[in-house]
Amino acid sequence: MDPAANGTDVTVDLKVNGRHETRTVPARTLLVHFVRDRLGLTGTHVGCDTTQCGACTVEVDGVAVKSCTMLAAQAGGCEITTIEGVAPGDGDGLDPVQQAFWDEHGLQCGFCTPGMVMAIRQLLRDTPVPTNDEIRHGISGNLCRCTGYQNIVAAARSAARTSTGTRRSSRADPSATSTAPAGEVS
Amino acid sequence: MPAPSTSPAPPAAGTSTRVTGGVGESARRPDGALKVTGEFAYSSDLWADDMLWGATLRSPHPHARLTGLDIGPAVAMPGVYAVLTHDDVPGRTVYGLERADQPVLCDGIARYHGEPVAIVAADHPETARRAASRIVAEYDVLEPLTDPRRAIDPASAPRVHPTGNVVRHLAVRKGDFETGLDVAAEVTVTGEYEVGMQDQAFLGPESGLAVPAEDGGVDLFVATQWLHVDRDQVAACLGMPPERVRLTLGGVGGAFGAREDLSMQIHACMLALHTGRPVKMVYSREESFFGHVHRHPAVLRYEHGASRDGLLRYVKAEIVLDGGAYMSSTPAVVANAATLGVGPYDVPHVSVDCWGVYTNNPPCGAMRGFGAVQAAFGYESQMDRMAAELGLDPVEFRIRNAMSEGSTMPTGQAVDSPAPVAELLKRVSSVPLPPRERGDDGYDLRELPGGVSNTTHGEGVVRGVGYGVGIKNVCFSEGFDDYSTARVRLETVDGRPVASVHTAAAEVGQGLVTLLVQIARTELGIDEVTILPADTEVGSAGSTSASRQSYVTGGAVRAACEAIRERVPDPASLPDGEVVEETVEWRHRPTSPLNEHGQGNAHVQYAFAAHRAVVDVDTELGLVKVVELATAQDVGKAMNPDAVVGQINGGSAQGLGLALMEEVQVSGGRIGNPSFTDYLIPTILDMPPTRVDILELADPEAPYGLRGVGEPPAISSTPAIVAAVRAATGAALTRIPIRPEHILDLSGVSEGERT
Repeated sequence: MDPAANGTDVTVDLKVNGRHETRTVPARTLLVHFVRDRLGLTGTHVGCDTTQCGACTVEVDGVAVKSCTMLAAQAGGCEITTIEGVAPGDGDGLDPVQQAFWDEHGLQCGFCTPGMVMAIRQLLRDTPVPTNDEIRHGISGNLCRCTGYQNIVAAARSAARTSTGTRRSSRADPSATSTAPAGEVS
Repeated sequence: MPAPSTSPAPPAAGTSTRVTGGVGESARRPDGALKVTGEFAYSSDLWADDMLWGATLRSPHPHARLTGLDIGPAVAMPGVYAVLTHDDVPGRTVYGLERADQPVLCDGIARYHGEPVAIVAADHPETARRAASRIVAEYDVLEPLTDPRRAIDPASAPRVHPTGNVVRHLAVRKGDFETGLDVAAEVTVTGEYEVGMQDQAFLGPESGLAVPAEDGGVDLFVATQWLHVDRDQVAACLGMPPERVRLTLGGVGGAFGAREDLSMQIHACMLALHTGRPVKMVYSREESFFGHVHRHPAVLRYEHGASRDGLLRYVKAEIVLDGGAYMSSTPAVVANAATLGVGPYDVPHVSVDCWGVYTNNPPCGAMRGFGAVQAAFGYESQMDRMAAELGLDPVEFRIRNAMSEGSTMPTGQAVDSPAPVAELLKRVSSVPLPPRERGDDGYDLRELPGGVSNTTHGEGVVRGVGYGVGIKNVCFSEGFDDYSTARVRLETVDGRPVASVHTAAAEVGQGLVTLLVQIARTELGIDEVTILPADTEVGSAGSTSASRQSYVTGGAVRAACEAIRERVPDPASLPDGEVVEETVEWRHRPTSPLNEHGQGNAHVQYAFAAHRAVVDVDTELGLVKVVELATAQDVGKAMNPDAVVGQINGGSAQGLGLALMEEVQVSGGRIGNPSFTDYLIPTILDMPPTRVDILELADPEAPYGLRGVGEPPAISSTPAIVAAVRAATGAALTRIPIRPEHILDLSGVSEGERT
């Protein structure tokens, strides 16, 4: 039961991952809590509560938004895509960005990953063939504590190649005793 | 069955070539698909029908006597099912990793800002939080003891605990210092250094779900680093036998040491048992800053003596580590800082004293590189100063004094496997320097110090280059019975051989699950391997800390696979329907306690990394931009090259944070910045491109020759960055994280002008 602190409930009617959803919630309910606790879509994470970390990033009408800073009521009538909704088809395949994170070892604990995927999808919509600097600035609002970001840049590059049909070049082998640029080459 | 003896031999011929994704390959994570699709269940995602939500009331004072506690207003709120205090703890009222000194709930004296006082269960998280805030707690505020140096003096300091304030004092004496002589040298350098309090800042805050069980016990699903030690502490405080407390690892959103101590575990179980309903607790980011231990702040005083021709003769050091209000793992942090206190160098005469003390500051414990990180800032700062004093290049001076295989540690322990310290330094120093300007248009203003604030167009920006090298012990030390348990099951299903691996080892993001799959593939010669959820239904795997899981649980899984191969020489041809299972408890070679002079074979293995940092500094504003980090690390065997590089980059980033931005601001015992708005961790714009160079010099004692990977890069990146800023500015920089006012000379500016 939600505590009826001020007695003001709103009915939120929106589309999430292609499905119509209607819920009546306290007016102050944040979009992230609506998605996680009301719809059970827990792939959208809460890392900081203060819009610093980006783990809660979702798409609202095609725009990447930090869902801890938006009321559910503000999303009424909108089309929301969460991490659970980005894979094509019936869920068997992966979005190119998701695939690239897995292939390029772009995640460790993975808590930031859904938000990172959403931010990079936005980046690639705006800039289909980004430079490394454009990738870095494109995801500067998303924190990762595990990877040092190098393989996230690699994942974004790889996803851009896949999305634009460019043939994937082989990566430098960081093993053995060679000096190999592990993260990126400017 | 008894563990097979440690065998450095490679896996049986013929098995390693038949599989893909075996040892040495960059196999993909088995949990990767779930993590990229959002289906991976972190402990904060768990849900049970009919569950309640827990919340915690914490002390607002770093030191206070709790004189009154009225839970009535909270109990009276609709939706509240339980409000529990110290009097409701069913079993032992205190817990702790090394000594049970921390109250489950405030026992009458609050000893740090944020100490749990009462817990609430309600049918909505907001109701639980509001109820906690309605509890009326009355305090007599007491003077907090906040200066760790004062804490050492039994005459002047009030006692935080009746046992006194010194948790551990460890003296290490080598050479003439051991026999009581003093030592002189032609050139001496002294310095005092300070390390601020760093937070692990994992992205997934503390959380878990406790479910009452039919047998009167409890099932706890939780993000942690060591299931069995959690279980034993929880069971003792619940007054239950350990077998009635069953833990399963929930998805872990990073750890870095902060989950080695308990946070919400006992609280959630108490509330679940009291209400008879599942109880979920999830900390907010703010509460997380109060809910786990941090990295020990340190004050380090060093004296280095060398000959004119650049050979270290002696090192004297006094290191004080602020453990805060409770013990946590302070004794182990003291041991690392003391035994590794002179760094990866050959020093004939050593005298190190290290103290870990109680204060009324926030409790401190494990964080990546614990103890070694603090010492490295001191000894590497000294190495640069000594090199300057001698007129030597800092890399050359380090190489002249670098330890190597066969060296003797300050503890008297022989370094009996590769220690390529000089080689690591040569490698990072020979990487071509990055270009000074980016592109033909000159500076990209966003890439300059200050970034998008656009505070400089290049004027006043000076580039600097600095070096650091560090040493870390791998696995648990000082005679600890350090083992892991692995159960491997082999069967053939529909003609396909399948193996499952069951351990209690905590996957916290580092990629152990990938590695265990790779080991089983290689040892059994089959492709299909499943990792079962980690829980307490199998024996302890020890902690996911001290860079030890690849070594110890990796060793256990290999040993279990070897035991299966003894019974089934060709696992791939096991007949349909047959099942073979082996459970092995595996230990690394034993270690010894340290004697009164800090002498003994206390450590299992040493690991080394070196960094070169290139920085740009805006010398007018004191702002720093790291341009590039180059790393070289010996990993013994790159079990999964991509995962190894990921660990190195992640550790380097945390070291960058400590050098330049990360500090829990504690004043008068209070935390002033418990949020990611005010506690800054590196963004992608703070973390530069890296170059990672991996050496694979096998340790013959270790499984596959591997060396623990996770901690070394978090040790050497910090001093390298500080050295680079010093090189650019000439500033002394004796404290980390560096602040702008440490770089700028404000000595001629009065207080009034500063504000």
